[in-house]
Amino acid sequence: MSKTVEQLDRVVIRIAGDSGDGMQLTGDRFTAETALFGNDLSTLPNFPAEIRAPQGTLAGVSSFQLHFADHDILTPGDRPDVLVAMNPAALKANIGDLPKGATLIVDTHDFTERALARIGWASNPLEDGTFEGFVVHAVELTKLTLDALADTALSRKDAGRSKNMFALGLLSWMYSRPTENTLNFVRQKFASKPEIAEANILAFKAGWNYGETTEAFAVQYEVKPAPQVTGTYRNISGNLALAYGLIAAARRSGLPMFLGAYPITPASDILHELSKHKRFGIRTFQAEDEIAGIGATLGAAFGGALGVTTSSGPGIALKGEAIGLAVSLELPMIICDIQRGGPSTGLPTKTEQSDLLQAMYGRNGEAPVPIVAPQSPGDCFDAAIEAARIALTYRTPVFLLSDGYLANGSEPWLVPSVAELPDLTVEYATEPNGPNGDFLPYLRDPETLARPWAVPGTPGLEHRVGGIEKADKTGNISYDPDNHDFMVRTRQAKVDGIARSLPPLAVDDPDGDARVLVLGWGSTYGPIGAACRQIRASGASIAQVHLRNINPFPNDLGDILARYEKVVIPEMNLGQLALLIRAKYLVDAISVTQVRGLPFKADELAEMLQGVIEHD
Amino acid sequence: MTDVVDLGLKAKDFKTDQEVRWCPGCGDYAILAAVQGFMPELNIARENIVFISGIGCSSRFPYYMNTYGMHSIHGRAPAIATGLSTSRPDLSVWVVTGDGDALSIGGNHLIHALRRNVNLKILLFNNRIYGLTKGQYSPTSEVGKITKSTPMGSLDNPFNPVSVALGAEATFVGRTLDSDRKHLQSVLREAANHEGTALVEIYQNCNIFNDGAFDILKQADTRDDWMIRMEHGQPLRFGGDGSKAVVRGANGALTIEDGVAEDDPRVVIHDAHADDPSYAFALSRLSSLDSRYSPMGVFRSVKRPTYDAMMAEQLEQAAAKAPGDDAALDALLHGADTWTIQ
Ligand SMILES: Cc1ncc(C[n+]2csc(CCOP(=O)(O)OP(=O)(O)O)c2C)c(N)n1
Ligand code: SF4
Ligand SMILES: [Mg+2]
Repeated sequence: MSKTVEQLDRVVIRIAGDSGDGMQLTGDRFTAETALFGNDLSTLPNFPAEIRAPQGTLAGVSSFQLHFADHDILTPGDRPDVLVAMNPAALKANIGDLPKGATLIVDTHDFTERALARIGWASNPLEDGTFEGFVVHAVELTKLTLDALADTALSRKDAGRSKNMFALGLLSWMYSRPTENTLNFVRQKFASKPEIAEANILAFKAGWNYGETTEAFAVQYEVKPAPQVTGTYRNISGNLALAYGLIAAARRSGLPMFLGAYPITPASDILHELSKHKRFGIRTFQAEDEIAGIGATLGAAFGGALGVTTSSGPGIALKGEAIGLAVSLELPMIICDIQRGGPSTGLPTKTEQSDLLQAMYGRNGEAPVPIVAPQSPGDCFDAAIEAARIALTYRTPVFLLSDGYLANGSEPWLVPSVAELPDLTVEYATEPNGPNGDFLPYLRDPETLARPWAVPGTPGLEHRVGGIEKADKTGNISYDPDNHDFMVRTRQAKVDGIARSLPPLAVDDPDGDARVLVLGWGSTYGPIGAACRQIRASGASIAQVHLRNINPFPNDLGDILARYEKVVIPEMNLGQLALLIRAKYLVDAISVTQVRGLPFKADELAEMLQGVIEHD
Repeated sequence: MTDVVDLGLKAKDFKTDQEVRWCPGCGDYAILAAVQGFMPELNIARENIVFISGIGCSSRFPYYMNTYGMHSIHGRAPAIATGLSTSRPDLSVWVVTGDGDALSIGGNHLIHALRRNVNLKILLFNNRIYGLTKGQYSPTSEVGKITKSTPMGSLDNPFNPVSVALGAEATFVGRTLDSDRKHLQSVLREAANHEGTALVEIYQNCNIFNDGAFDILKQADTRDDWMIRMEHGQPLRFGGDGSKAVVRGANGALTIEDGVAEDDPRVVIHDAHADDPSYAFALSRLSSLDSRYSPMGVFRSVKRPTYDAMMAEQLEQAAAKAPGDDAALDALLHGADTWTIQ
């Protein structure tokens, strides 16, 4: 049967099912196929905190959204054009996000009276006209999968597990994806269970063939590859990019890396990843708690390692006292906070930007810590290198503030060459630096105010450091009022001085006549950028600045803010950056906030920004 | 090792120019002097020794040792030292901690360092009181302790640090006394020679807030009756004339008996190398709340691979399989699925 092939410039697909249905894996594979095909893409995994939430319930729904296009895109998309729902709960939980006219592909297998009643549907919505206005493909996905695997030795239950591969096969056909890598992936993943590998491949092919042969699917779509800067690309998630960035930083600094961490969502993947790469001289230490994680990291930093600790909000709260010690000892360290919804346990698997003020101020005393934030999954790599640069140059703990959306989301990434990454070489102190041939552990570099890093094992530089206030230069205990005042101000000045090493901010104001500036930080980069494009497409002007360094702010930020009549700050918290900006620059910034555990929708942001422009 | 060069270090080489600020008469002075006097014996260059402490009177210790040192935060020294020791196995890393520091706020880190067998020498100064915060009861204070925070007497059952350490399957546990320099140094010697975590509990007098806590083990007329000196391979006999002994009863339990005949086969011969920690644990349970029947010396010293060495070995193994050079990192960054835009 010959099918129509329709060209699209972009598609947003969401695949949803029970958290045990393999939705994340299906999404990952479809993403890999899409990346390999050369589309630009952006993903949004969304899953419950429970590993196996009750089956068939709304709470147990896990989904994966992928936006891909023939041009460069910034977000995983606001509203799916296509929803694949593996059961009634997945349909109910997601239908509200779909625009009219969207395509539904629904597995009808579980549309029993009981399952429908369980989620509050009195009758079958696939049959009672509820979805008029949508293109509905009611497919017996599970049954078709079972049929395809009828000749295998698998039990019905085991065979049914392959239904996600059937769905993947169907989608792969619909969007003309290359399939070779998925087949290889399945063979490798189930290398020790060839019968399972075979079943998954059969299901995948059955799905593909179903699309090709059945009349229900009349159209096959094509989304052409996106033009990209030349080079070699791969798809990468934020946590993976962050882990790779850390390894690269260790390599480029010539230092052994030490990671002290305690497992916590959504940061654990970084611990897992780094644990695999011991050959690069990386020691990973799963500590008894977060305090021990950072404690051990601090000990390793004292010994000359590139110290890293990874956690999320609750763990960062525990680390507070030790971060203060690191500030006082002036030792380099990278503290990765992969933010999630809070307070307390909050929303462990959802995203939020609500730890900014914790990173900024969450310690006793005046304890300034530089803050670096990545803006996209791939950017986590560069942000990690920037965090290492600051930590090593200024001998200070540095916060690397990622979040759940960046951590699990993915995008195409132009693979850098290691040799071309920044040189992060540091020199330990080797000689006494005092006037009398003595060693002064707190004698500072006049430019950076960094103190010498004298590691144990260096003869003649034996010294003691501690959390009690230290006398300038000697580092001996000092309770002198003037000395304390001096030391507090000096530690602050050191962190403030980092601003001198920052490049000028990139102001995206293509029309040059914008009167409204949108200022953002972290993972809101995509939605803000997409919203700005929409506004410009509609003929209005708007400027965008996105901060990589939040503490200290870049030196030119004040002037830039002053150039615009209005400054809007969208954040996934209740206005934490806005608070800092207002306090520092006395700018009457408009704070736009959302704490739904999900990224902003570009459409909604655009509408809101349009409102600000019009009420000018 | 061949041709060991004698570094010729002296006790004074380990003193710093900092004024020691403990209360006059504090047991910490004696411990500091004993440690400084012992260090030259190690014949380890000062730059390769690190002292890490938490918070408390005792934790001021590193400021007075002319080595590398860190006075950290309350309770966390074992964790900090774990990071240093595992990433720098070439160093000799010592932890100084108090009974509150090690067993209250830092109890978690202590037991985990012990179970991992990180190569650390932990000196736990037990004065059975919070000294620095001016005299509240501690997790080793006897029940009913009257302090500022417990005017009607403390309610909680204390920890016996040796029992805690053995419960965590520490590979080396010893106990000694601030005022007995020779004994203290002998236990330090064995601890220093031990590969892995060595916990040494040092009974320390706080003459300001808990004076005389260990007097029965110090005074000439009582100490022989209450202190059980342990030497590996020797019978556990004590009392002025050696007529008291630790004996193994019919049910296998250890008890103390007076007037034990010289050839009594029930007298326990101390075996610090017993693999099963329950023997050492039983010894640790002999003492009463007021330190009567305190076994002193090395309870347990057994061999187990150190965490540091095993971690280093994994790194070596990984690097031996495929070196972690730029080419390897480039390959890692590329991964399996790449595409190229020309
Ligand atoms: C986080 C924190 N909590 C409380 C304190 C106060 N504090 C300092 S030392 C100490 C107890 C010290 O007792 P111990 O460890 O027995 O040491 P000692 O002074 O007896 O040698 C306390 C509660 C602190 N410094 N930090
Ligand atoms: S308070 Fe007690 S432990 Fe602290 S220095 Fe004084 S005597 Fe020593
Ligand atoms: Mg004490």
